[in-house]
Amino acid sequence: MKSYTLIKLVIIIAVIALFGAYAVPTFVGKDAAKRLPGYMPKDTINLGLDLKGGMHLVLGVETDKAIFAVLSRVSGNLKKQLINAKIAYDKVYVDSKTNDIVISLVDRKDKDRALDLIGANLPNYQIVSEDLPIKLRLKEKIAEKLKKEAIDQAISVIRNRVDQFGVAEPTVIRSGENHIVVELPGIKDANRAVRLIGRTARLELHLVDDKANIDDALNGNVPPDDEVIYEIKRDPTTGEVSKIPFVVKKDVVITGAMITNASVRFGGTMNQPYVAFELNSQGAKIFSSFTASHIGKRLAIVLDNTIYSAPVIQGAITGGRGQITGNFSITEAHDLAIVLRSGSLPAPVKVLQKVTIGPSLGKISIEKGTKAMIFGSLAVILFMIFYYKLSGVLADFAMAINVLIILGALAMFHATLTLPGLAGIALTIGMAVDANVLIYERIREELMIGRSVYDAVNTGYARAFVTIFDANITTLIVAIILYQFGSGPVKGFAVTMSIGLLANMFTAVTFTKTVFEIVLDKFKPNKLSI
Amino acid sequence: MIRIVKPDVLIDFVSKFKLAIGISLVLILIGMGSLVMQGGPKLGIEFKGGTSIQLQFNKPINVVDLRKAVASLKTFKDSRIQSFGGTNQHYIIYTKTSTSSTTQNIEDKLKSVLDKQFHSNYKIMKVDMVGPKIGKEFRDKGLEAIIIALLAILIYISIRFQYRFAFGAIAALFHDVLITVGFLSLFGYEFTLDVVAAILTIVGYSINDTIVIYDRIREKVKNNRKMSPTEAINKGVSETLSRTILTAGTTLFVVLALYLFGGHALKGMSFALLVGIVSGTYSSIFIASPVLLAFKGPLIPEKKEEDSADRFKQQIEFDMKNVRGN
Repeated sequence: MKSYTLIKLVIIIAVIALFGAYAVPTFVGKDAAKRLPGYMPKDTINLGLDLKGGMHLVLGVETDKAIFAVLSRVSGNLKKQLINAKIAYDKVYVDSKTNDIVISLVDRKDKDRALDLIGANLPNYQIVSEDLPIKLRLKEKIAEKLKKEAIDQAISVIRNRVDQFGVAEPTVIRSGENHIVVELPGIKDANRAVRLIGRTARLELHLVDDKANIDDALNGNVPPDDEVIYEIKRDPTTGEVSKIPFVVKKDVVITGAMITNASVRFGGTMNQPYVAFELNSQGAKIFSSFTASHIGKRLAIVLDNTIYSAPVIQGAITGGRGQITGNFSITEAHDLAIVLRSGSLPAPVKVLQKVTIGPSLGKISIEKGTKAMIFGSLAVILFMIFYYKLSGVLADFAMAINVLIILGALAMFHATLTLPGLAGIALTIGMAVDANVLIYERIREELMIGRSVYDAVNTGYARAFVTIFDANITTLIVAIILYQFGSGPVKGFAVTMSIGLLANMFTAVTFTKTVFEIVLDKFKPNKLSI
Repeated sequence: MIRIVKPDVLIDFVSKFKLAIGISLVLILIGMGSLVMQGGPKLGIEFKGGTSIQLQFNKPINVVDLRKAVASLKTFKDSRIQSFGGTNQHYIIYTKTSTSSTTQNIEDKLKSVLDKQFHSNYKIMKVDMVGPKIGKEFRDKGLEAIIIALLAILIYISIRFQYRFAFGAIAALFHDVLITVGFLSLFGYEFTLDVVAAILTIVGYSINDTIVIYDRIREKVKNNRKMSPTEAINKGVSETLSRTILTAGTTLFVVLALYLFGGHALKGMSFALLVGIVSGTYSSIFIASPVLLAFKGPLIPEKKEEDSADRFKQQIEFDMKNVRGN
C-alpha cells in the first residue's frame, strides 16, 4: 500500500472512530451510556422540544415600564429636594407618553435655582425644556443601559424561579435585543409555569389610610398621598370573585427586595397553607419600629397591585418575620414562596410566543420521522446497489458513515435535533449519494472512451471534485443563512444539513476514493463493478 | 451495466427552450393566480399571529359537534377547524386570537367547553400561540433570509463563473421559488417557518443541480473552442442527464418517504421539497442552461479561460499524476 493511501486510511478510521464514539450513547440510550467505560463520551443527542415535549416560551420585557419606575422614583426624590431647597412646586410628574419628568413651579423666579439643583443632582438627565414647565429626559445612553440591565435582571430572576420549579435541564436565554427564551422540556403543567415565570412579584407593604373615605376616593377624590388598591377574594367553594377597595398610603413601608427567605407553612383553624417570609436586618428594623408606632392600624400586603390581606397590627413585630395569608391552594402558596424568594421582575413581561407540546406528540413525531427516514434510505440503498453494483455498496457505506458523523457531531457539539432536523438528515441521505453518483457517472464515461480502470477512477475523481465542491458550498451557504435567521426547529434543520454536507464532501472524496485506491492497488482489476 | 440514459445520447434541449418557458409560465401563472384569488399567501400562525390547538380524540368524533362546541366561545368566533390523519380523531383548531398575558391562556377556555361535550375522551397535543408582534418579526426575518441567500449565491456564482451563468442560475431559482410557492397555494398548504426553510433548501438544491450542468458546459467550451454555444449546452446537459435524473431520483425517494410517513408535522415541508426538487431539476435543464444563450458572443471569453476553478482542477490533476508516478 502506498504511504499516501495509508495516511488517508488512518485519517478515515480516526474520524469514524471519533464520531462513532460520540454516537454510541444515543444508540444505547441514556442509562446504558452511564455504564460505558470512562474514556467514552456519555452525552446522548439533545432532542428539541418538538421531539421530547415541553414548553417553548418567548417573553418580551416591557423595558419602558422599568424606565418609568425609575423616573417615578427620581421624580419623588426630586420633590423632596425641591422642598429642602425651599422651592415651591405646583406639580412634579412623569409624562407617561414622552417619559419626561415635568416640573411646574409656583414662582417663575425660582426657575434658575431649580435648574441649578437639577444640574447638580441629576447628571444622567438632559433638560429638554428650560422654560416652564421644566422638562427632563433620561439620556439615551443611560436609558439603553437601564433597559439592558432590566433584561439581564429579568433573566436572572426567571432563571432562579425556573430552577426552583423543578424541571430537568431548563434553558433561559436572551434572544435578540429584548426577548427572553425559556425552554422547559417535559413540563406537565405549562400554564402554571407561565404564571410563575411571568409574575412581576412586586411585594409592598402599605399602611391603610383609615381616615380616608372610601366612597369619596372611588369617586375620584383620592387624598394626594393615597391610592386605591383592591383586595381580590375568591370564595373557595363557589369560586366567586369579589373586589374590595382599600385606600392606602402611597409610601411603601417594606418592599420585596428586603425579603431574604420565604416558605410555605400551615396554620389557622382550617390548617390552611400560608407563606411566611423573613426580612433582612434593615427591613426587620423598619418593620419593628413601624409596627410599634402603628398599633391598631391595618397594614395592606400588596402583591402586583393587588391586596392579599390587610391584617390589623396587634403589636410590635420584632425579628423580621411576617406572613401572607389568603385562600391559597398548596400549589399557589408554593409558587408564591418561589417568586418571593427569587425576587421581583424589574418590569412586567409579556408572552410573545408560547408553544407547548405534549410528550406523546413528540414520541409520535420521532417514530414517524424515523420510519420515513428508514424507508427513504432503504430505497436509496437498494437503488444504489441495483444501479452501481459493488460500487453502489461502497456508496451506501459512505452514506452510513455520513449519518454516523451527523449523529456523532450533534452529540459532540451539544446541538439540538429537531423534527425538521430529522428531515434534514433524510435530505442529506438523498444528497449524500449525489457526490458518488457524480463520480461514478464520470468514471463510467472515462471507461467508455477506453481508459484503463486505473486512469478512469483517477480522472473521474479529479474531474468530479470541483463540481462537488462548488455544488456543496452553495448549499452550505444557504444552510448557514438558515441557521442565522431561523428559530429553534429551523435551526435544527440548518445544523443537520450543514454537518451532512461537510460529511458528504469528506466521505465522497476520501472514503470511497481510498477504498478504490486500495482495491486497485491490491487486486489490479481490469473491470470495475460499477 | 444499467443505464438510465444511453451514452452518446444527444438531446437538443435548446430547441425545446421556448416550449419549456411556455409550460413554466403557465404553471407559474396558475400558481400565482391561486395566490391572488386567496388574497395573498396563506400564512401560518408564526407569521401572522394567533393560536393553534392540536387535539386528539380517543375515538372518532363528529366534526359538527366539535364545531358547535368551539363556536360557543367568543375567543374562537373566527376559528377554523382542520382535520388530519383521516380517522376523524385528529383536529387542529386555528384562531386569530392570541394573548400576551402570563396569567390567562386560550386553551383553558377551550378545555372548559370540550370537557362538557367530550368529557375526558380527548387530549390537547400541542398549543402554539404567537403574538402579532413576533409574527411580524418572523415574517421580516424569513424574507430577509431568502433575499440574503439569493444574493450570496449570486455573488458566489459570479466569482466562480461568468456573470451570465449567475444570471441563468438566478433565473432558475426564481422559477423554482415561484413554482413551489404557487403549488403550495394551489394545494392549500400554509406558509410556516418549516416551509420557508424548505424553500431555502430548494434554492440550495436547485443551484447545486445547475452548477453541475454549468460545470460540464464550461468544460465543453474549453475543450473545444470551435463548438457553438448551442452545441456546448446540448452536449453538457445531455452528458450530465443521467446524473441529474439519478440524484433527483434518490432525493425524491427520501422526500417522498417523508411526505408519506413523516406525519402531519412534516407534511407542508416535505410537499414544498417534493415540488421544489422536481422543479429544480427541470429548471436546471430547461431554464438555467438555455438562458445562457440570451447573451450574445461566446459563452466564455478567451481571456477568462484561466479562472480559479480551472487552475484548481489542473493542480489536482497534476497531483494525481505525481501520486501515480511514485
